[in-house]
Amino acid sequence: MTVQEVPQGRLRTPFYERMSQLDTLNAWHEWKGYTTPDALYCGETEYFAIRNATAVFDVSPMTKYRITGPDSLAFLDRLVTRDMMKIKPGRVAYAVWCDDQGQVLDDGTIFHLREGEYRLCSQERHLDWFMASAIGFNVDIVVETADVCGLAVQGPTSYSTLSGLDLPGLDQLKLFDLMHCDFEGAELMVSRTGFTGDLGYELWIEPGKAEALWDAVFEAGKLFGIRPIGVHALEMARVEAGYLAPFEDFLPAKGTVRTGRTRSPFELGLEWLVDFKKPNFNGRRALAEEKRKGSTWRLVKLNIEGNKVANASYIFETHKANKGNIGFVTSAEWSPVCKQNIALGTVRMPHGAPGSTVWVEIYYQREMHWSRAMAKAEVVDKPFWFPPRRSATPPGPY
Amino acid sequence: MTDRYDAIVVGGGHNGLVCAAMLGRAGRNVLVLEANGQVGGAAITREFADGYTVSACAHLLYQLQPVVQKELGIEPDLAVEDMATIALAENGEHVRIDGVQVDGVSKADAQNFRAFHKRTARFAKLLNKYFNKTPPRLGTRDWADMKTLGSLGLDLRLLGKTEMQAFLRLIGMNIHDEVTERFESPLLKGAISLDAVLGTHLGPRSPNTMLTYLYRLAGDYGRVSTPAGGMGSISEELAHIARQSGVTIRTGMPVTRIIVDNGRVAGVETANGDRFDSMTVISNADPKRTILDLVGPQHVEARFTHRVHHLRARGNAAKLHLALDGLPTIAGLDKKDFAQRLVIAGDEHYVERAFNPAKYGECSAEPVIEMTFPSVRDDTMAPHGKQVMSAVVQYAPYALKGGWDDAAREAFEATTIRTIEKYAPDIASHITASELLTPADIEQEFHMTGGHWHHGELTMDQFMFVRPVAGAAQYRMPLDGLYLCGAGAHPGGGVSGAAGRNAARAILAREKAA
Repeated sequence: MTVQEVPQGRLRTPFYERMSQLDTLNAWHEWKGYTTPDALYCGETEYFAIRNATAVFDVSPMTKYRITGPDSLAFLDRLVTRDMMKIKPGRVAYAVWCDDQGQVLDDGTIFHLREGEYRLCSQERHLDWFMASAIGFNVDIVVETADVCGLAVQGPTSYSTLSGLDLPGLDQLKLFDLMHCDFEGAELMVSRTGFTGDLGYELWIEPGKAEALWDAVFEAGKLFGIRPIGVHALEMARVEAGYLAPFEDFLPAKGTVRTGRTRSPFELGLEWLVDFKKPNFNGRRALAEEKRKGSTWRLVKLNIEGNKVANASYIFETHKANKGNIGFVTSAEWSPVCKQNIALGTVRMPHGAPGSTVWVEIYYQREMHWSRAMAKAEVVDKPFWFPPRRSATPPGPY
Repeated sequence: MTDRYDAIVVGGGHNGLVCAAMLGRAGRNVLVLEANGQVGGAAITREFADGYTVSACAHLLYQLQPVVQKELGIEPDLAVEDMATIALAENGEHVRIDGVQVDGVSKADAQNFRAFHKRTARFAKLLNKYFNKTPPRLGTRDWADMKTLGSLGLDLRLLGKTEMQAFLRLIGMNIHDEVTERFESPLLKGAISLDAVLGTHLGPRSPNTMLTYLYRLAGDYGRVSTPAGGMGSISEELAHIARQSGVTIRTGMPVTRIIVDNGRVAGVETANGDRFDSMTVISNADPKRTILDLVGPQHVEARFTHRVHHLRARGNAAKLHLALDGLPTIAGLDKKDFAQRLVIAGDEHYVERAFNPAKYGECSAEPVIEMTFPSVRDDTMAPHGKQVMSAVVQYAPYALKGGWDDAAREAFEATTIRTIEKYAPDIASHITASELLTPADIEQEFHMTGGHWHHGELTMDQFMFVRPVAGAAQYRMPLDGLYLCGAGAHPGGGVSGAAGRNAARAILAREKAA
């Protein structure tokens, strides 16, 4: 009998060798079974690569499903709240899906690769939910997380960088477009998507070509300030862009135990994704009822006075913190690009209408001792950071 | 062609007819569409051999609710009332159960049966009260829900401490443990075990068989009768009352689709392409057929669909019809005894052994059988001087290994005749024609998923508050305008009319509230 070695511990993505060659910190953590860098040399510096140059982030651990079959469109249209009929081949849709009670299970991006052929990318795993949702639909759902690896190439010079790869049609690729092209005999899928709120692309390819792709991108980006980045920098950018992170800004409904800890799309500021013109989608009845009766929670974007980061702060209606809070902060940071103290939070309705003022209670530490400050915050409607270059087509060279 | 109605009932089974009649009486313009050529669903009488007729599926009346009879003014003409059950012994020393009286057992058993019957009848009475009510939703603040729930709690408490404890102990138990604890007569234990498992995919040692026993008892406290002219006469009478109430009934009109428009029900479409419009569609079909086939999962929620998809509805009961040129000979029985209910269920182990192969997709080698000879007291069922036997035979699993074909059907029929021959050695010589309906045939003829009488197993997880599935136990399905009124809804199967009546009341209450 031979004993077979089973690899233990975190998995390595196809880009791991390349990333670790550039790594100076050895600071890694787990992301859905894979190892992923916190940062490779300095989180702050990496952040500036996103906003001022080209940042490369390995998105391979994202959960990916290939959805095909005659009913793939009907299946997705019932699954998510937005109208999938409008998402033509070559387009990408940001979407949320809900349980029967209209509570958000997760969000993700759905790539319409070719007629009737889709890829769904999400943070969490959902195969059981998708299989249950597929009853009565003629669809094939295949987990392809390990079969496709991805690089997010983000930042103002990302277009200039990728121009060096000679990808025909790249200049005409609009925000949320995708295209297929050849890379060394393999199919490379390029989408104009990302998690940074900036000009940027995501490149998707089979694992065997991962290192060649990495090398080509870094060679092309030499003169455009290209840098690999870790999660720390990405997290800073996504809060500026106002994007939600599961387990931070909301809990996927299946992971909650207590009642009232789930959120509907309305409560996450995603009303624009809910299309009641569709005859049915999962959670429609419950959401129609919520729309009639009103929601319990509201997600708010806060511009906060001062420079003390409002981590996990309670939110109050007035500067007096003795009257009971109206909510709490879920993500907060000092935004270097906006030069602004920002946060995402959750408040109880009807508080937190855009343009209104609330107060956050900030605890901060100076040489071990804690202090407390009440800071005024303005509820804003738009993302903190949304530069015109994000959607300009063709993107300008930087 | 398009017609508009206040309500359309999909399927003219007895519950559909009860529901339609009640809505008709309330002034609604109702249409019933029945797929088969005659109304009644599984409660029909039809010819199976030249001159011989039989109740083709349900053959004994033991649950028709007095409140349904009273409200609709039906008085079934009964050929045999208060039938006794005779548990057959090979040696002719049968056990006879007649109400609370048991003959052919020890004095202790007879006394114990009285006590057993008294207690179970009391519990059955409690269940019966809730058969005729819409189950309350749990966790709401709705007054009607709280009232029903409160009264259920109160009724339980009013049983008294000892009896309430007994109820709570018994309700989840299996019948085998209860009968072996109480009785010594193998035949008596076998007969009670059989009553608990008829029409189910359960053996006497399966948990929950005390509930199925109580369910059977809850209809009419164990009283069993045969309607004159077979079960179809009940359906005909219901159809007559429905028509009198202004209901339109059309047979030979299989509904192929329940039309959903913009998130709500809008009507139905039949096989010939006709379309009938209505904002209220009431399905007498089983929940799986209704949701998965007629509505289509894309129109309802995913978790709900998932629950319906996983409803257990595995039929196990076959129906055997024999045309006989005379009554067979059974030692110890005279002619009038053939008007009673004869059961072959040797002992409590016999029933469990019959169930064993069914777990693995095989038929019983020695099946349990419930036999009736309706022609003994009813001349209309067979030509003069001839007889008809109608029997329920278990177990014949719906999902038979290798599938149901003619060979499998013939083999099971032969097995059944061989089993009966042990008690009635000359039966084969009297047979002039026969018909065996397997669960697959029952599914085909009566449009019941899995060929299951109850449109879904009657077990705790599919009972009352969660029948057919959680979130849809109030006859209203989670799709505006769609209701369920058949055996798949609370309380369950059997010719009771309770589901049809409750559904009609729920619909009218809903209209009033809106």
